[in-house]
Amino acid sequence: MTGTALAPAPVKSPPRKASRLTDPVVGVWLAALAVTLLGWLVVTLDGGTFLTQANITGILQNSVALGLVAVGQSAVILTGSLDLSVAYLIGLGTLVAAETMQSGSVVTAVLAVLALSAAVGLANGLVVTGLKVNAFIATLGTAFILRGWIEHHYTGPAGKVPASFQRLGYDRIGPLPVSLFLLAAVALALWLITRRTRLGHHMYATGGDEHAARLSGVRTRRTVIAAHVLCSLCVGAAALFLAARLGAGAPWAGTEARYDLESIAAVVLGGTVLAGGRGGVAGTLGGVLVLAVLDSVFNQLSVDPFFKNVVRGVVIIAAVALYARRGARRSA
Amino acid sequence: MPAMLTMQGVSKSFLGVRVLHGVDLDLEAGEVHALVGENGAGKSTLMKVLAGEHVPDEGTVRLDGTAHRFGHPAQAQAAGIGIIHQEFALLPHRTVAENVFLGREPTRRGLVDRRAMREQTARLLTELGIGAAEGLTPDTYVRDLSVARQQTVEIVKSLGGASDVRVLVMDEPTAPLADHEAGLLHDLVRRLAARGLGVLYISHRLREVFELADRVTVLKDGRRVTTTRTADTDTDRVVRAMVGRELSAYYPPRARPEELGALRLTVTGAGNDRLHAIDLRLRAGEITGVAGLQGSGRTSLARALFGAAPFTHGRMTVGDRELRPGSPRQAIRAGLALVTEDRKTEGLALRQSVRDNALLVTRAVPARGRPPAGRSLAGLLDRVRLQARGEDQQTQYLSGGNQQKVVIAKWLAAHPQVLIVDEPTRGVDVGAKAAIHTLIRELARDGLAVLLITSELPELIGMSDRVLVMAEGRIAGELPAGASEEDIMRLATSAAERPAPSAAEGAA
Repeated sequence: MTGTALAPAPVKSPPRKASRLTDPVVGVWLAALAVTLLGWLVVTLDGGTFLTQANITGILQNSVALGLVAVGQSAVILTGSLDLSVAYLIGLGTLVAAETMQSGSVVTAVLAVLALSAAVGLANGLVVTGLKVNAFIATLGTAFILRGWIEHHYTGPAGKVPASFQRLGYDRIGPLPVSLFLLAAVALALWLITRRTRLGHHMYATGGDEHAARLSGVRTRRTVIAAHVLCSLCVGAAALFLAARLGAGAPWAGTEARYDLESIAAVVLGGTVLAGGRGGVAGTLGGVLVLAVLDSVFNQLSVDPFFKNVVRGVVIIAAVALYARRGARRSA
Repeated sequence: MPAMLTMQGVSKSFLGVRVLHGVDLDLEAGEVHALVGENGAGKSTLMKVLAGEHVPDEGTVRLDGTAHRFGHPAQAQAAGIGIIHQEFALLPHRTVAENVFLGREPTRRGLVDRRAMREQTARLLTELGIGAAEGLTPDTYVRDLSVARQQTVEIVKSLGGASDVRVLVMDEPTAPLADHEAGLLHDLVRRLAARGLGVLYISHRLREVFELADRVTVLKDGRRVTTTRTADTDTDRVVRAMVGRELSAYYPPRARPEELGALRLTVTGAGNDRLHAIDLRLRAGEITGVAGLQGSGRTSLARALFGAAPFTHGRMTVGDRELRPGSPRQAIRAGLALVTEDRKTEGLALRQSVRDNALLVTRAVPARGRPPAGRSLAGLLDRVRLQARGEDQQTQYLSGGNQQKVVIAKWLAAHPQVLIVDEPTRGVDVGAKAAIHTLIRELARDGLAVLLITSELPELIGMSDRVLVMAEGRIAGELPAGASEEDIMRLATSAAERPAPSAAEGAA
């Protein structure tokens, strides 16, 4: 928040410093830093090297797909909704991308994937607002429908992504993968939308208190639909990235990595309240980074997958419990 | 010159019941006009007609000479009518500026112009004489503000739009406020009027009405009784205009002295952060009424006795056992029952059947007797004279009166010794009211000690064998059966006469 001093005389910056450290966004980025340091320490003691360029690139690359989905998921969760259809949409997205690229140009493929995503998001939004189906159920239904379509039409990888487009998945500038710039651009766009546009303000309002928002003249239905479309567009971007990475369309591209639940985990880890109205994109990115660094550390230590999942579970529960405590103290 | 706002011959019926009978009201620019009357007198309906929430059946609303027919709150707002409801429509986790401009954020080059939002909010705050020193700046989060300050934000929000607000309607704005906060609000209202706004001010507190308002209109039973300049009248005359009525309702006969039984509940020197020095003795067979203003501690008393917000000190005996319940479960085990003020959220599981609701307490707390089954459940529902399609009917489909009977049945199943009823006839139609009154009296006659909390003075007077009047968390005094409404109101406002403004909530 800048420009506080620009307002007329009596407006002074409120005593915000005290709340700075307890802000979830700051907290989750500090946690990401702490996890990195801790990982470095543990891996070094184990006799390995953690902060190699290859490893950093790996962590960042692994963050991209989840990051794209989670940023989109933040938009719907902020608005008080939820999207469980993202994993199957990714699978279908990679298939559409790879098949279109095989037969046509890259540009039409990108447009086709984004159009498909927007259509799925619109459908989700319309079912949630128009038919008044709880978002959990509505998007679960969409997930089943997409899954049915995928399983009926595909048995394995299909299509082929040209080498030129695969560069999105593999090229890097210094230690930074180019796909990171895709994530940065999408995240910046979502941050601008949520923080700086009327739509974003209305998303926070609708998620915070739908009744109050409507009484204040906010068109809450439209807002929820827009949030769903935004989310699905981000998922479409993730599908394009994964298609570039895999070189072909893969039915399991989204489900194998469980992007549906992982993205929700990253969002809540980043301090966004599941009921909506509070949080944001910046925290979500921190949450994604925490999960990616943890993964990398466990891979380096070749830890048993059971233990790995236990730690992830504990981290997520602990984080949300911490936010809940803080919330309780504030309202007390 | 004609008044800025005139309402003429406004009538409104709901489901065939006429709530407003051709009411006239006018408001000048720069005037504070108070609207007073008992519960159900039609104040809120009249205000909702003005705010576009109800469409009147008859009558006209003219603002600056132009006739309006508002079908939606947004139309009334656009015409320049702002309304401050008792419940705020604020987002606690957003800043003051974001709340003030919610739904009409200014934009510049497609993005929200946050600087303009902050500056305009700051200007409005300064114009209203609220400096940053009071902890209210455009960047403050609403959750960090006191209720009084949140209300200020609501007021600023209603003024903040581009539209030119001419009329501000305030529905009991001081009800949730502490006294010094009410004083600040009064200053704010005066400043608003000085800016040329017309303020319609609904209040129960006659004292503030006389401090603040230029004129006062009294409504009674949906009709306008009188409109006078406050300088030309006094509290007594206004009170008489509000309550002066034929006692049309029938109340069952009171308890005869020989019907009073053993002490069922005693409280000595008890209190918590809302209640002080509470002494109470409830006897079997007796209905003890509790009167008081909003915020006087009536509901807090019920919640303390029932262990929901327990007493922190003092002594309490239920039956012959010394016990200060720390949770509703302990209270139920001891033999207390509480029919809460809000039956829809606290009294019933609305989507469950009559049977499940009636068995709720006995299933949860088995110590209070076996859950009645079959015939005994039927007998219980018979005893409260429930009219339902059957024991399977979901309680959400029952009328208010029958819902209340299910709540009472739920408690009777647990064989309580003390029954606390908080606003038992709120939102209940006239016929069902009489049935509930009769039922409560029968229960007392069967040996229950009843504590009846109500803000309807006729009901309080008609039902109670004696009346306790609460004020500021204390029991201000006790009156015998048949005390007059004026006596009760005098006692209810007596404590307030020392430092603070307040008036009869019972006479709302």
